[in-house]
Amino acid sequence: MAKGTIVIDTEKCKGCAVCTTGCPANVIALSKKVNSKGYNYLEMQNDACIGCANCAILCPDGVITVYREK
Amino acid sequence: MNESIIKPENLVYRRTPVLTDNVMHYCPGCGHGTIHRLIAEVIEEMGIQEQTIGVAPVGCSVLAYNYLDVDIQEAAHGRAPALATGIKRLKPDFFVFSYQGDGDLAAIGTAETIHACNRGENITMIFVNNGIYGMTGGQMAPTTLEGMKTSTSPYGRDIKMMGNPLKITELLAQLPGTIYVTRQAVYKPALVRKCKTAIRKAFENQRLNKGTSFVEVVSNCNSGWKLPPVEANKWLEENMLPMYPLGDIKDVK
Amino acid sequence: MKELRLMKGNEAVAEAAIRFGVDGYFGYPITPQSEILEHLMAENPYPKTGMVVLQAESEVASINMVYGGAACGKRVMTTSSSPGISLMQEGLSYIAGAELPCLVVNVVRGGPGLGTIQPSQADYFQSTKGGGHGDYRLIVLAPSSVQEMYDFVGLGFDLAFKYRNPAMLLADGVIGQVMEKVEVDDYKPRWTDEYIKKSFPWATTGKNPNQPHVIVTSLELDSARQEQVNLRIQAKYRECEKNDVRFEMLHCDDAEYIFVAYGSSARICQKAIEMGREKGIKVGLLRPITLWPFPTQILRELSYKVKGMLAVEMSAGQMVEDVILATENRIKVEHFGRFGGIIPSPQEVVTALETKIIGGK
Repeated sequence: MAKGTIVIDTEKCKGCAVCTTGCPANVIALSKKVNSKGYNYLEMQNDACIGCANCAILCPDGVITVYREK
Repeated sequence: MNESIIKPENLVYRRTPVLTDNVMHYCPGCGHGTIHRLIAEVIEEMGIQEQTIGVAPVGCSVLAYNYLDVDIQEAAHGRAPALATGIKRLKPDFFVFSYQGDGDLAAIGTAETIHACNRGENITMIFVNNGIYGMTGGQMAPTTLEGMKTSTSPYGRDIKMMGNPLKITELLAQLPGTIYVTRQAVYKPALVRKCKTAIRKAFENQRLNKGTSFVEVVSNCNSGWKLPPVEANKWLEENMLPMYPLGDIKDVK
Repeated sequence: MKELRLMKGNEAVAEAAIRFGVDGYFGYPITPQSEILEHLMAENPYPKTGMVVLQAESEVASINMVYGGAACGKRVMTTSSSPGISLMQEGLSYIAGAELPCLVVNVVRGGPGLGTIQPSQADYFQSTKGGGHGDYRLIVLAPSSVQEMYDFVGLGFDLAFKYRNPAMLLADGVIGQVMEKVEVDDYKPRWTDEYIKKSFPWATTGKNPNQPHVIVTSLELDSARQEQVNLRIQAKYRECEKNDVRFEMLHCDDAEYIFVAYGSSARICQKAIEMGREKGIKVGLLRPITLWPFPTQILRELSYKVKGMLAVEMSAGQMVEDVILATENRIKVEHFGRFGGIIPSPQEVVTALETKIIGGK
């Protein structure tokens, strides 16, 4: 399985968690911490990301950047 | 997190530069953001940012002009197809799209919608249907489902008294002026990809100059529906889609 | 020597639009001005000048098609008559709020409601006081001849672009329907897209690389910023009031009494002046050409010289209020008019002057 990772713009994340429903590898979840707006932002829980970008294309606010090893 | 993977050559997805850096005012999980992004990605991929003029509606997406980085006009409630007609007729080489919600497109702007489609205006119309007036605080929309509770149908939409949910997309497909009429959604990755393909096609169709392309996106209104975002999407799937089934309704080859 | 044509006022508007280099016309049929759309369709200017002519589904759609074109920096127009103009008020307010130039022609018929298709001047309030919601004005030109119907199309566009504000030709059924000779211009080319892009940075002409995108809107959610928008628009209106008041004076030099009248009422007053002067009444005419901005200053000056003024309008008395404001109760000002589509006769006007002003002290 390809190795991937994501970068989350946590300040712009609104914590809707819609992205988490698309992750096939259970990598992402909302943090217990909040950003300056008070939203529980998204964070990676482990390094099982496969770089599929499902989370990013679900994100209404475009806060996720995705990388995958070639 | 594998920091070593974060290298330009490994980039597979990033926010399109056709979206501005402004943080969208939409509620968490609102489909508008995703739909804006798909339009922006299509414009980026087609390389038409400098040849595109958009028309924003009245409703939650009134401020779409702050997010879509193309020249854009803000219309009066329901009048976006008339503006788009004026623009396209005078600038036929430009890609012109309108973006409207259900109240805007299917209630107050029904005449403008139907006649733009009936003339076969060579434009792309994006219709976001979440069955409710979001901006004004969750009132009944033309597409509100039977029995659905809103602030102006607090006991549920009573068909006898309040009329039927309007399937305007099916209606528009009957008009000879439309060449592509489709209904999409954006709450699952595969659906987002399909929706983007549909929006791409609706824009590409303007090169053919054969008629109107119309993309309905069945979307959510977490605040209006009074549900958390993920549950709202489940509710959408279980309640909205039986009334508003997904797929192409018309595709003139 | 310019080309001479015998035309209806409505046809003159259409012909002027084609020859002036207008980019787009969007309209909906309504009596007594349907000849404008008919003439444009018959002339089919698109192959000749590139001017787009489209019959819309309603006046609401027409004015919003105008919005779309105007926001692209194009010269676009619509025409209608009173009930149709009422339907356009929403669009006009948005166009004024978004600071877009366009031309609207109102060939006024009698109201209220469906009223009559006969001539009237009862849309003065609607035209000059805003009409739609919010603080805005239209630049209102009142043609009193077929030649002016022709000439004011170009003038209207020039003023609309000068102030980035909708301009209106307020005509009436007489001026729209009457046939007179008209000097027409040669065809002027339409503005090129390059010229528009260079000249109008506010227009949506396609995003320029490395520059912010253009947003055309009348929305400003921040009250402080909305107030600034209003102040800017009002400052523009003060400039317009300073620079672009237009009027015509007839026999005012020795006048003791003044008719104030525009459009076809001014034509009637010309005859009434002849008849009055035959009777020894020294009467002149002040004809406002711009109804907004109104010729307040000249009326104020005249109010120091004359004994009274009669506002002659085919309405229940609308412009007369502006005449009273201008003359500051210094002299007697009354209204005379017929309405419901009835055109007053010159004799009625003279009699009204004698009874309401001269004998009415």
